[in-house]
Amino acid sequence: MKSFTVLHGLVAPMDRANVDTDLIIPKQFLKSIKRSGFGPYLFDEIRYLDQGEPGQDCTNRPINPDFELNQARYKDARVLLARENFGCGSSREHAPWALEDFGFHCIIAPSFADIFFNNCFKNGILPVELDAAVVDRLFEEMYANEGYSMVVDLAAQTIKTSLGETISFEVDEFRKHCLFNGLDDIALTLDSADAIRAYEQNWREKSPWLFGAIK
Amino acid sequence: MSGQTLYEKLWHSHLVEERDDDCGLIYIDRQLIHEVTSPQAFEGLRIAGRQPWRVDANFAVPDHNVPTERHERSGGVAGIIDPVSRLQVQTLDDNCRDFDILEFQVNDVRQGIVHVVGPEQGVTLPGMTIVCGDSHTSTHGALGALAQGIGTSEVEHVMATQCLLQKKMKNMLVRVDGQLQAGVTAKDVVLAIIGEIGTAGGTNHAIEFGGEVVRALSMEGRMTICNMAIEAGARVGLIGVDDVTIEYVKGKPYAPTGEQWDQAAAAWGELHSDDDAHFDRVVELRGEDIVPQVTWGTSPEMVLPVSGIIPDPASMDNAGDREATARALQYMGLKPGMAITDIQLDTVFIGSCTNSRIEDLRAAAMVVEGKQVASTVKRALVVPGSGQIKVQAEEEGLDKIFTAAGMEWREPGCSMCLAMNSDKLDAGEHCASTSNRNFEGRQGFGGRTHLVSPAMAAAAAVAGHFVDVRNW
Repeated sequence: MKSFTVLHGLVAPMDRANVDTDLIIPKQFLKSIKRSGFGPYLFDEIRYLDQGEPGQDCTNRPINPDFELNQARYKDARVLLARENFGCGSSREHAPWALEDFGFHCIIAPSFADIFFNNCFKNGILPVELDAAVVDRLFEEMYANEGYSMVVDLAAQTIKTSLGETISFEVDEFRKHCLFNGLDDIALTLDSADAIRAYEQNWREKSPWLFGAIK
Repeated sequence: MSGQTLYEKLWHSHLVEERDDDCGLIYIDRQLIHEVTSPQAFEGLRIAGRQPWRVDANFAVPDHNVPTERHERSGGVAGIIDPVSRLQVQTLDDNCRDFDILEFQVNDVRQGIVHVVGPEQGVTLPGMTIVCGDSHTSTHGALGALAQGIGTSEVEHVMATQCLLQKKMKNMLVRVDGQLQAGVTAKDVVLAIIGEIGTAGGTNHAIEFGGEVVRALSMEGRMTICNMAIEAGARVGLIGVDDVTIEYVKGKPYAPTGEQWDQAAAAWGELHSDDDAHFDRVVELRGEDIVPQVTWGTSPEMVLPVSGIIPDPASMDNAGDREATARALQYMGLKPGMAITDIQLDTVFIGSCTNSRIEDLRAAAMVVEGKQVASTVKRALVVPGSGQIKVQAEEEGLDKIFTAAGMEWREPGCSMCLAMNSDKLDAGEHCASTSNRNFEGRQGFGGRTHLVSPAMAAAAAVAGHFVDVRNW
């Protein structure tokens, strides 16, 4: 698993609520059997003016000039500032794969959808929940200051803005530990293999109809 | 001490290890697999040299990008025209063969949408924990199973460990008492619920649906409701087990039999929330108040009764609502003040894991029988949820009713719900769809989706615009 320690990066906006994972990465790109290469198609339907196809070279596609992430000032941004319920809808992990491949390693929003939030941690992306009022203010600061950046420090659980402010954030201890160290969570769970086997044996005795029925 | 909710019962009976912060390692009884979210998980297993923990807990079926037109479908995997789709379906076949996982392949008569096939085959049973790399796994909660969508990393994790590490959810009860009016269906109930609590209303919660209206629904209707729990932000939807559940499961191909059936049925009788269980949030609706629903925007919460009028952003106090509404109206090509019944339709889609079961097809057929699809509607697709439903519908003559009305009768699959195959909307087209998401581009680049019940979709196909099916 990819780790996240300290990130220093430019901040870019995704200024709308309920951004769904269909918008983050449209369905046609889900036909890929790989985990990589989704970055050029991130937000495809609003980023370009034409309809994208998997495997397409995007360098000469018509860019949507109204889409904020296409503005030069947000080029190479690493932190995405977003609104309520970011990542709702489909469970597709292609959404964090696309965000990470594009270069976003931290997403800040007032709230996230469950499955997306969980998927981020598996892919070296830190999702940070902050009060809606704080997020409002960060949006204002970002719009007012070209080159607005942040240092996101997972160990300290702080965000330092380029205007000098420090903001603390919460993160679940276990998730923090795994993300910080880039741990393989399958290997961690397999440390409990004996407990899983013991549970399984007991469960098989109680609910024998759940075992061996469909093979 | 208060009693337990159904969610708590399922959580505790599957808890392998309790961790800090209300987290736990829970055992997974069944993993459902489809072609889109599994290849990278199988690849991960191979790279790490791992084997599935318990092969017989897994079940696979291709559904998302299988073709639904007979001429393309008849060639099997090799006949899939799009090479990228073909490779993905082939990869599922290869992976299931290599790891010895039971798969219903593309032209198996039992093939269909994974969330339709699981319950229909008894692969889904009450009391199970079920995962699938698909958010509509919440569907299976209708059988009193703890079922949820997960990402591909967790698909791999469950394959390798038979467990999921997660935080215990909060409990929400949505109770719908009273009685539904004729012409109002489970789809209208769940859309009304989403309209009430919003698309993030159930985030971090397991939503249990109860009350007289829910109890009176068939299993098909209950699945429609749990299916859309995720559209209210809840990855888990649940309905307690009762006689309707047990009757439904009995005799299914993979359901237990004989002595094990008696033992199982007795255990399932406990799968309901205790009378004194505590819910963190309770939402109540009256069945009589619910009328046929139509979504007008780009989120399932943007929904109105069929008698409704498109909202005016200018009249909204909150700046965020104003912007979201204005953006949705622009995308949808609608104007404030317009009546829902004035929305003209180009396409009608009856299908998806929400509404492609036999009861849905019967409801649609009843509406179109002896009538014709309006000349302004370019196409109307009926896509059964599984091969078995297709066979049953044909035995009942439903296919003839649809085709006589000018609708297309297709092969089973996810089809235009997410348009991963060639069934998609053209830019600007309005579609009356029985699916679950009206997101921008969901049914095709620039496509405009209106979510409705099967009866409402069928009536719209005939009228060419939305009509109140209660007056049909």
